Amino acid sequence: MAIEVRIPTILRSYTGGAKAVDGAGDSLDDVLNDLDAKFPGLRGRLVTPEGTLHRFVNVYVNDEDVRFLGALEAKVSDGDTVTILPAVAGGAFAFAAMAALSSTR
Amino acid sequence: MLSIDLATLDAIVAHARRDHPDEACGIVAGPLGSDRPTRLVEMTNAERSSTFYRFDSMEQLRVWREMDDRDEGPVVIYHSHTATEAYPSRTDTSLASEPDAHYLLVSTRDPELTEIRSFRIVDGAVTEEPVRIVDATVDPNAVQSYLFGQTPATVDYECRSSS
Repeated sequence: MAIEVRIPTILRSYTGGAKAVDGAGDSLDDVLNDLDAKFPGLRGRLVTPEGTLHRFVNVYVNDEDVRFLGALEAKVSDGDTVTILPAVAGGAFAFAAMAALSSTR
Repeated sequence: MLSIDLATLDAIVAHARRDHPDEACGIVAGPLGSDRPTRLVEMTNAERSSTFYRFDSMEQLRVWREMDDRDEGPVVIYHSHTATEAYPSRTDTSLASEPDAHYLLVSTRDPELTEIRSFRIVDGAVTEEPVRIVDATVDPNAVQSYLFGQTPATVDYECRSSS
């Protein structure tokens, strides 16, 4: 049972340069735990110490943003593709933005 | 150094002016490994804010897949600052996630003069780079409303050289 996980450039240092790796599990959380066993540290770039997805990482199961599928609880099954994309975000210095950042990083 | 054609740069500036006072954002895709920005994609600022931008997540997925299919990458990631200088903010720096991209900033704080500056942002380190217009026949007058370079007081005249 394999779920293809597409890895963005900035995280390929964890996967030996691989653009896509195979994971296993019934939920996104399972898959990320499975991958972390093979690629230590990868999960920590996606999930906060509190156990929620980082605010500035987009994760998709097939064509859906997992924020609308239960986030880490999103169900996955054999043949699904998980895509990870760092959010492209920023902007002029903003206190609200920095406060949001400090609570998630 | 960022090499970019004037038509693309004009389109980026037009986008920034059109969305002012909200921040505008987008990418210029180009063939992987080429470092040539060839295909402008204006993105929706999901935040619709004058101090923050974020690509709409579904639009980003679509555009990133399209680049994958075409063997392209995001050569340029641009956004505007509408009240401050064209320099990466701490927010920009901490969120930069494409180490191979040129981060192009456009400031629309002055209604007449547009500041344009380009940066590499890798692991939180910001390095400014020159912007070079690559068109063979650039009308020097056409670039005069743009201010390039290291500080607001310096114009990088190399930008005008014919190539």
